Amino acid sequence: MKGFKTTIAAAAALLAAGAAQAEPVKVGMITTLSGGGAGLGIDARDGFMLAVKQANNPDLEVVIEDDQRKPDVAVQLADKMIQQEKVDVLTGIIWSNLAMAVVPSAVAQDKIYLSVNAAPSQLAGRGCNKNYFAVSYQNDNLHEAAGGYASSAGYKKAFILAPNYPAGKDSLTGFKRFFFGDITDEVYTKLGQTDYAAEIAQIRASDADHVFFFLPGGMGIAFMKQYAQSGVDKPLIGPAFSMDQGILGAVGDAALGVKNTSNWSKDIDNPTNKAFVESFQAEYDRLPSLYASFGFDTANLLLSAMDKASISDKDAFRAAIRAADFDSVRGKFIFGPNQHPVQDLYVREVVKEGDILTNKIVGTALTDHSDAYASECSM
Amino acid sequence: MFSLFLEQLLNGLQSGVMLFLMASGLTLVFGVMGLINLAHGSLYMVGAFACAAVAAWTGSFWLGLVASLMAAAIAGALVEMLIIRRLYNRDHLDQVLATFALILIFSEGTRWIFGSFPLFLSVPDFLTGTVILPGGSQYPIFRLAIIVAGLLVAAGLFLLIGKTRLGIRIRAGEADRGMIAALGVDIDRLYTIVFALGAALAGLAGAFVGTTQSVQVGMGEPVLILAFVVIVIGGIGSIKGALVGSLLVGFTDTMGRFLLPHAFATFLDPSSATAIGSALASMLIYIVMALVLFLRPSGLFGATS
Repeated sequence: MKGFKTTIAAAAALLAAGAAQAEPVKVGMITTLSGGGAGLGIDARDGFMLAVKQANNPDLEVVIEDDQRKPDVAVQLADKMIQQEKVDVLTGIIWSNLAMAVVPSAVAQDKIYLSVNAAPSQLAGRGCNKNYFAVSYQNDNLHEAAGGYASSAGYKKAFILAPNYPAGKDSLTGFKRFFFGDITDEVYTKLGQTDYAAEIAQIRASDADHVFFFLPGGMGIAFMKQYAQSGVDKPLIGPAFSMDQGILGAVGDAALGVKNTSNWSKDIDNPTNKAFVESFQAEYDRLPSLYASFGFDTANLLLSAMDKASISDKDAFRAAIRAADFDSVRGKFIFGPNQHPVQDLYVREVVKEGDILTNKIVGTALTDHSDAYASECSM
Repeated sequence: MFSLFLEQLLNGLQSGVMLFLMASGLTLVFGVMGLINLAHGSLYMVGAFACAAVAAWTGSFWLGLVASLMAAAIAGALVEMLIIRRLYNRDHLDQVLATFALILIFSEGTRWIFGSFPLFLSVPDFLTGTVILPGGSQYPIFRLAIIVAGLLVAAGLFLLIGKTRLGIRIRAGEADRGMIAALGVDIDRLYTIVFALGAALAGLAGAFVGTTQSVQVGMGEPVLILAFVVIVIGGIGSIKGALVGSLLVGFTDTMGRFLLPHAFATFLDPSSATAIGSALASMLIYIVMALVLFLRPSGLFGATS
């Protein structure tokens, strides 16, 4: 009996030694899993974990914690993950204000940060860092694409609308950077506002030929429902956030026909994307969202780097991430000099497939698009 | 310009009427029981979720509306009997702590039952579409219906408080709790009824608002803050004050958002006019509240104590 136990122990030790040759990587995922806005974090996590499960790489360990969408909680979690859990890589943050609270200090401690969503301008330009990679986009990208689309679709006069906070102002600036017509009205609403009757009355009275709006989360749901009820028929254009899969069900038919810009869509035609959409549906019984696709790409990017380099050699590992040698659901995937993606941005339209509202690509807004801050990054 | 102005006036009225449904319950509970109930916004959320779930399940908005009233009233009565009842004799800080805990419990409980994604709730078919206003502008029928329904509820509430036996007891409870108990009124039951009534009004507001906005976890808190502003302006405990305060806040907010950027644009360049105008518009109701408190420290219709 004793001999049997020793044999088992020896076999286990051998196995462990074999695994140790490829060095284990520990990932800390800080994301929003409770409260308002939890849907986004849950999608990003589910996309990430789907890729982890499919790769089935025993060297990858993931620790997941809920930041409750609070910057102070996110900072505490990051400290705990770095000091106690000794993670090598951090990821998962959805909101830009949380990212600004966590990322600069984490990358300064030589931890690699892979962003599944938030990519504020501060981290793309002068504040860029060799340890920081945005897998999603730079925050302005989708707004710039909306401006580009409005120009190329022949619209001349824009009514533009966003909440009165930094990301709202960045949004309207991004739109104006690529829209070459006139702005008839520029309206800032209260953050978290849920009644848009006053703004919709102004849209009705203005002589704009289309409306650009950036109203993430519940604000967008409220706006689109009320806009559809109001009978105003100026076309709506917005970034993908308000037309994302997690939200469309709550907006209902009011969203039909709305044009929105995105760097991912479930109908991008490549085998990786097809397999992703199918396996996500099979695993979680719902369609994947933009955030799920970012989570999935982030995990696959990390796994590709683990195949090429060891985490103890940070320079080689960073180079392996920068090479981005993985199959992205967006097709090709290239990092620009500031380690933000250079990518195509699509125009989608909300359509109904059977009973389910979803998006269909109807065109390309910008091709091989980088961002406005890359030139300020000296790396 | 006239039709835009008229449309904005109606918008202000509609927003005020919705606020009244929230604020009247809050002010009743505070006036009668002396309780600060932060969880009032959660009851509003319960109403919206109940309406959305039942409407999706049965296909009838009206059943959803009934469900919202029932669910919020039942949730209110349960909360009162299980938790709130133990707080009447504690100081306000304890009440705030306990009802804040209730917010967290309601939010996570709702998320646990319905998931993290917002629910869908739509206007019933015959209330969709628009009517033409004098001046040629269109106005959604559903918003008009909300105004009418809200005013009817307000009238009903005034009748209930002013003309019925229950109303007399509620007013007596506000005036002197010890005396009404001594007169043999079952004060525990009265409190439960008042709390459930306030909860039902909040649930009704949630169901109405859910049709035009987003039915999601945490939807109650922003409205709760406005409802507190309303009852502070109107005078705590006064239903009339809640009505006047709601309309004042509704009109001030809507008109401020509409007119202030235009007003600044007359002497500033457009982009700074928008920035300053919208910043000031979001502060406007708080400025009004400060002014009212400065002139009448206990609110417009508050008892001077």
